[in-house]
Amino acid sequence: MALTNEHVQQRLSEKFGAIVSNFEEPYGMLSFEVEKDQNLKVLQFLHDEADLGFQFLTDLCAVNYPDQIGRELAVVYHLHNLKDNLRIRFKVFAPVAQPDVFTATKLYSAANWMERETYDFFGVNFVGHPNLKRILNVDEMDYFPLRKEFPLEDQTRIDKDDQMFGRG
Amino acid sequence: MSRPVRFNITPIEANISDAVSVAEAPDGYAGEGFFTTKLSDVVGLARKNSLWPLPFATSCCGIEFMATMASHYDLARFGAERVGFSPRQCDLLMVMGTISKKMGPVLRQVYLQMAEPRWVISVGACACSGGIFDTYSVLQGIDQVIPVDVYVPGCPPRPEAILDGFMKVQELVGQESIRRRNSDQYKALMNSYGIE
Amino acid sequence: MTEHHQHHIKLPEGSIEKQTTTLNMGPTHPATHGVFQNIMELDGERIVSAEQTVGYIHRAFEKLAERRPLNQVTPITDRLNYCSSPINNIGWHLTCEKLLSVQTPKRVDYLRIIIMELARIADHLICNSIMGVDTGAYTGFMYIMQYRELIYEIYEEVCGSRLTTNIGRIGGFERDFSNTAFTKLEKFLKEYPAALRELENLFTRNRIFMDRTIGAGPISAERALNYGFTGPNLRAAGVDYDVRVHTPYSSYEDFDFKVPVGTTGDSYDRFLVRNGEMWESLSIINQAYQKIQGFKGTDADVYHADVPEYYLPKKEDVYTKMEALIWHFKIVMGEVEMPKGEVYSAVEGGNGELGFYLISDGGRTPFRLHFRRPSFIYYQAYSELVVGGMLSDAIVVMSSLNLIAGELDA
Repeated sequence: MALTNEHVQQRLSEKFGAIVSNFEEPYGMLSFEVEKDQNLKVLQFLHDEADLGFQFLTDLCAVNYPDQIGRELAVVYHLHNLKDNLRIRFKVFAPVAQPDVFTATKLYSAANWMERETYDFFGVNFVGHPNLKRILNVDEMDYFPLRKEFPLEDQTRIDKDDQMFGRG
Repeated sequence: MSRPVRFNITPIEANISDAVSVAEAPDGYAGEGFFTTKLSDVVGLARKNSLWPLPFATSCCGIEFMATMASHYDLARFGAERVGFSPRQCDLLMVMGTISKKMGPVLRQVYLQMAEPRWVISVGACACSGGIFDTYSVLQGIDQVIPVDVYVPGCPPRPEAILDGFMKVQELVGQESIRRRNSDQYKALMNSYGIE
Repeated sequence: MTEHHQHHIKLPEGSIEKQTTTLNMGPTHPATHGVFQNIMELDGERIVSAEQTVGYIHRAFEKLAERRPLNQVTPITDRLNYCSSPINNIGWHLTCEKLLSVQTPKRVDYLRIIIMELARIADHLICNSIMGVDTGAYTGFMYIMQYRELIYEIYEEVCGSRLTTNIGRIGGFERDFSNTAFTKLEKFLKEYPAALRELENLFTRNRIFMDRTIGAGPISAERALNYGFTGPNLRAAGVDYDVRVHTPYSSYEDFDFKVPVGTTGDSYDRFLVRNGEMWESLSIINQAYQKIQGFKGTDADVYHADVPEYYLPKKEDVYTKMEALIWHFKIVMGEVEMPKGEVYSAVEGGNGELGFYLISDGGRTPFRLHFRRPSFIYYQAYSELVVGGMLSDAIVVMSSLNLIAGELDA
């Protein structure tokens, strides 16, 4: 019997109850929300259970929702069960004032750099990460560029005229 | 490969009667067994036909450079047979690809390590002016950190364009005065970049 | 991570010499691999530890995409894996089509497959011939680049540019493939197999090449999966995960092809897997070409789906019909509003699963676009692959992994 979204949803709700919520299926992929501090437990459950077996971490990234006060930063995990060919996604929300999320590096070595990139771009502090420092930007950078509040362009450049680019 | 690869669907037969070109001798006064000319002309002629480039290839333009170096467009026929990666041994710094702010100090250090005379060619829109990446992390042109002699626009420029840029550098090299590197104007240029 | 390494140098007590040497294989290094840095501790020739630094070509694609409407994001996807940019372009168009729920006709799918498989051949050619260059064999690279030029000429016929192609549009292609394009494709299909066989003869059973690459940087299937490897590097370790087979897109299910798989995951296996994939790509292109020639009547002319909000209308209509004029204006100015939604779509790039995670909030530009870049993910494993081996093996491992700097940093 192939693994289906309903089966995954049912198992998660049985085990975790209110910790997992907001189940949706945009474009066929099961997508749900997990409480911030329980992300490792959910990841471990999805990894270890024989009938679930989501043992491949496809992607880990973050999204900045500046309008949702108290839940500005969302860390998104994409998991993949290679044997039964099912992908799921779940999000963990954290406030921008204290964006601490537990690291998934002990379970998936792939998460190491993905979490560093997320820290570099959004400032999500992954608790327990072996080497949480900037990876793509210069080390001296003091802000988190992909947050919506910061501009794309380098404001100190003198050769491009913002008026001409419609951004003056 | 044993037979030539032609891909034009209506190929023109190549005219190889003048396939070997000889560099023209500079203007001078010739006599029985001697030839006099300006030192800078001779030195320029020798240098321009044997420039050793340092390919500083960072991104997509680097792949077009690989195509330029390969047999189809062949940079070697211009004398750039030996591409080196050691700055002390090279004359021409070819910066190909986007230079980010993280890479800027590295580029500057490589430029400083090159021995005079040295020339810089900036290949591709990103190296000339930042290209399509008007972002916080990309240096908007390498002339923010090092002086540039020739700019080759394009994204990426065709190999023919890179060769055209190379030929322009050859013109510059051939006509350069041997006193240029000690002149006040050059010193002022270096000082404007903070290079002693 | 590693077992305690036995130092071969016995230094006298109180000696100020270090046991190990620090070597900076810095961002500028020979063989145009791209800019990434490795700081290695060496005990003689043996590597004791390696630490990678990336980000030397970080161009902020993800933030740039938040400024650009869907059509304008395609040129920046080109610059991810620039050796096979059509795959990135078409992967992005597939993501947009998933968001907009657009169904493309079969002929468009088959044309896309031809272009994607040509791109895959181009990417693997660079990787394999550069593996030769790094082990000292320059000839293979010189000879085979001529055939990459043939692939570039086919791209030029279709979209006008060689390397960063910006090929196709949402819904299909910008123009139908001309007869010249098909003639060039036929010539390529006729002449390339002999060249590939010659390249194989140079390397596959070459004693020196085999000695350099066998045993260099092996990885087990479990570690590879844990590190998130995909693509030829994972298949060399023994796991046959290929996005084209797993979640077929663009009608790949209509094609019959094998997926080459290795055993030990070392550099030689990676070379052979890429080589095998090039043969399979050739077979797919042949099948696709047969299928395209089988279309008759109006089916034989279709080259795009009907997506009025994103596909530029015909110029005759723009000059005569009001709606077409409005659509033309909105598309060019980028004022078309996307439906709200979140979609993750993946294609099999030259290096593995290239994923696009697109969140749209109903505006004209994406709210968030994240690229799941295979090179970035498997470069983490580099230190585990080379520690304990020798420095020359580290070079071979780096080139066999096919790290493309644009995809590392984005």
